[in-house]
Amino acid sequence: MAKITLERLAHSYQKNPQRDADYALRPLNHVWEDGAAYALLGPSGCGKTTLLNIISGLLQPSEGRVLFDDVDVTTTDTAKRNIAQVFQFPVIYNTMTVKENLAFPLKNRKLDSAYIEKRVAEIAELIDITDELNKKASDLGAAEKQKISLGRGLVREDVNAILFDEPLTVIDPHLKWQLRTQLKALHQKVGHTMIYVTHDQTEALTFADKVVVMSEGQVLQIGTPTELFDRPEHTFVGFFIGSPGMNVLPGKVSGSTAKVAEHEISLPQNYQEHQGTIEIGIRPEFIRISDDTSGLLVDVLRVEDVGHYQIVRTQLITEGNTFAINVIVKEGVEITDGMRYLHFEPEKINVYVDSWLVSGGRDEEDC
Amino acid sequence: MKKTVNHKAWFMVLPVLLLVAFSAVIPLMTVVNYSVQDTFGNNEFFWVGLEWFEEVLHSQRLHEALGRQALFTAIILLIGIPLGIFIALNMPKHKGLWSSVCLVLVALPLLIPWNVVGTIWQVFGRIDIGLLGYTLASLGIDYNYTQNSLDAWITIIVMDVWHWTSLVVLLCYAGLQSIPDAYYQAAKIDQASRWSVFRYIELPKMKGVLIIAILLRFMDSFMIYTEPFVVTGGGPGNATTFLSIDLVKMAIGQFDLGPAAAFSLIYFLCILLVSWAFYTIMIHSDKEAN
Amino acid sequence: MSNQASVNHNRVSRSNWVVILYIVFLMLPIYWLINMSLKTNAEILGGFSLWPQDLTFQNYITIFTDPSWYSGYLNSITYVVMNTIISLVVALPAAYAFSRYTFMGDKHLFFWLLSNRMAPPAVFVLPFFQLYSSVGLFDTHIAVALAHTLFNVPLAVWILEGFMRGVPKEIDETAYIDGYSFFHFFRKIFMPLIASGIGVAAFFCFMFSWVELLLSRTLTSVEAKSIAATMTRTVSASGLDWGVLAAAGVLTIIPGALVIYFVRNHIAKGFALGRV
Repeated sequence: MAKITLERLAHSYQKNPQRDADYALRPLNHVWEDGAAYALLGPSGCGKTTLLNIISGLLQPSEGRVLFDDVDVTTTDTAKRNIAQVFQFPVIYNTMTVKENLAFPLKNRKLDSAYIEKRVAEIAELIDITDELNKKASDLGAAEKQKISLGRGLVREDVNAILFDEPLTVIDPHLKWQLRTQLKALHQKVGHTMIYVTHDQTEALTFADKVVVMSEGQVLQIGTPTELFDRPEHTFVGFFIGSPGMNVLPGKVSGSTAKVAEHEISLPQNYQEHQGTIEIGIRPEFIRISDDTSGLLVDVLRVEDVGHYQIVRTQLITEGNTFAINVIVKEGVEITDGMRYLHFEPEKINVYVDSWLVSGGRDEEDC
Repeated sequence: MKKTVNHKAWFMVLPVLLLVAFSAVIPLMTVVNYSVQDTFGNNEFFWVGLEWFEEVLHSQRLHEALGRQALFTAIILLIGIPLGIFIALNMPKHKGLWSSVCLVLVALPLLIPWNVVGTIWQVFGRIDIGLLGYTLASLGIDYNYTQNSLDAWITIIVMDVWHWTSLVVLLCYAGLQSIPDAYYQAAKIDQASRWSVFRYIELPKMKGVLIIAILLRFMDSFMIYTEPFVVTGGGPGNATTFLSIDLVKMAIGQFDLGPAAAFSLIYFLCILLVSWAFYTIMIHSDKEAN
Repeated sequence: MSNQASVNHNRVSRSNWVVILYIVFLMLPIYWLINMSLKTNAEILGGFSLWPQDLTFQNYITIFTDPSWYSGYLNSITYVVMNTIISLVVALPAAYAFSRYTFMGDKHLFFWLLSNRMAPPAVFVLPFFQLYSSVGLFDTHIAVALAHTLFNVPLAVWILEGFMRGVPKEIDETAYIDGYSFFHFFRKIFMPLIASGIGVAAFFCFMFSWVELLLSRTLTSVEAKSIAATMTRTVSASGLDWGVLAAAGVLTIIPGALVIYFVRNHIAKGFALGRV
């Protein structure tokens, strides 16, 4: 087990990257704490697999260093890094039995056969596959196969980290949920550092202690699921996490007053004057819709009932542009014709300048 | 894929059936016809039963030709298949100009008319005007494929390896191309040795194409005619007279229709038997793969 | 350079050396043929030289001006093209039937077809000669084209069936639901989907018909004499005109080289008969 440090790490598939867009992974510094569970979350092509492959050593970064427990492993071969990886599609050795699959990494290290036998039995127990040990690995279903590839990583006691590259892609939906829970429990039991790449926020938020949100080769925010929900540091994070995502509206902020389309909202904090595009972010959970005319007037488009709650889709037309605003309302509340006014919870409003979060101060002097 | 039962599909197969009946069944019937008759010329035939078969089966000539043929095919398979796998493993993995060039050049010998292959090696091995023969001679090696049986054999084996190993290379290459990168990465992570990667990842994936390769190589080397005919004409003596060469000698050269026909049928049956075994294995592994 | 990168570099170049060595082994005899075709007979027989000292195109000129030579090429091309077309036309519906339906005796039929690919041409030499003579087709292009269907049709069916299996059956069903007739569907939707398969099958029919000597030599004498036969007969008749023989050989390699270039991206899959 190890702490993994990324130092000024960046990667470009081009020879001489000039612009930010030339980078598959833009420069970043980060420390992955020993024994924690991380998720790398972002849409397809955001650079998360590139980052994962750099950590596993399948890819050489073009800039920066990777350290395992303060040892520079940037140029160390994958085999010597002693990590485990579970791929998008199950990778198993088809001609071997489940047992032989699990024993394979240990056999390659020429370990004692009695030890191998014992260790394989332990791991099989741990991943709940003891009954299948003598079956041919190719006869199993996708979920079992993924368990085996995970098992091949766990079987090495001193493994530095376990990396997951969208491991549930080919798993049936009802097994997905089950495997996810098992994985979480497993992490608590074995305590390895785990890094889990996914584009699915539910997977990321349920699995990880800390989630790293990426977009276009850039790490936007690293934080706990609560932090990502309450204080998204970038409008993309706010929008990407949550269902529906955060509403982002153009506005003006002066002092402790925010203004959205002539509608004034008083904020609990004071803000400095900022250059650039100012936006107001508010999650649908923290907007109330009513017939109280002191709110922001919008057009209600439709109401969707999604079970535990309803989503009210509205739109605001200001300065010739149309902005969608989603509002979450508890189930059973009837939305009448007159309910066209939105009230924002001031505490939950985030202010963004050029898409990045800015914080305000309590007092005038802080500004 | 699940197939539907539809007996009307026979109509779609009908054209093939008629064509192959014309170009295979009728000639084959002629052969069967000859194999049970004898003639004194003038198109007068009379029934001799299985006499020709008995004669051919007991003839020294067939036994020797069959022995040479079996030895040749065995040597070809033993050299061609491992060499083909080895070359395929070293072929460039990623698409690009270099891999295209390699593919085209590697495939080239397969598209040379077989008699030209013979001509090329006939010339190449000559002591006076051939690069190979001349080089060997100037190194002081006594090499002459027209006089020495061993030299003739070596020449024909090298020629066949030259001509057909590329087929094995291309088949294995196709099999290797179908292995996703993740398998190699997983093997790296598991600290597998190069041999383990070959044994547990590459070989299982190549199994299907390898069976096809062995089947094709078996068939084609067992039927070989043109190339050795051009190079050695079956000689020196009868040293390189393989089954096809012997058969053509018998049928066209000596016009011994009866024995030639019996010979043909036994010959065909041999190939069919082995091919059937391979085919069964192939279908079986196809099913396993699905 | 980093440690790992240099290790990788060494491995790559070792692989490259293996391939390069193999290609050199393949090219040397071909080079020798080309070398010889550019020499005069006097030079060929007079002494040993790695490249032509007295470069001449006379051998090629001989071939292009002498009808008994160039008509050999035309004859070969004619029957090869005829064979390719016939093989594909009959193989397409059959391959479709094998890939989509189960019917009485299908498995035996399939193996029986394949068994023809396994038949030694030597077995068929005499009966073919008699058969085509008796129907008056001896020494015609169509005779050779039909004879070559013996091994090309089974092969075409096999390759096409492999490619067709890869096309999901749902596509057929959707097309029927959309009101396509079978013929229309086959031509407009299905054939474009297996275009590469058809290309590969055509390539193989072309190739095996082009390289075959025994049958084409037996079934022709003057009118439809193939280039392969022309070459073998010239060797025995006019003594040994090595230069012209070499030039003729070089010219037979060119069509093959051209065809490979066009199918290079499918060639590996094709040799695996669509079964990868």
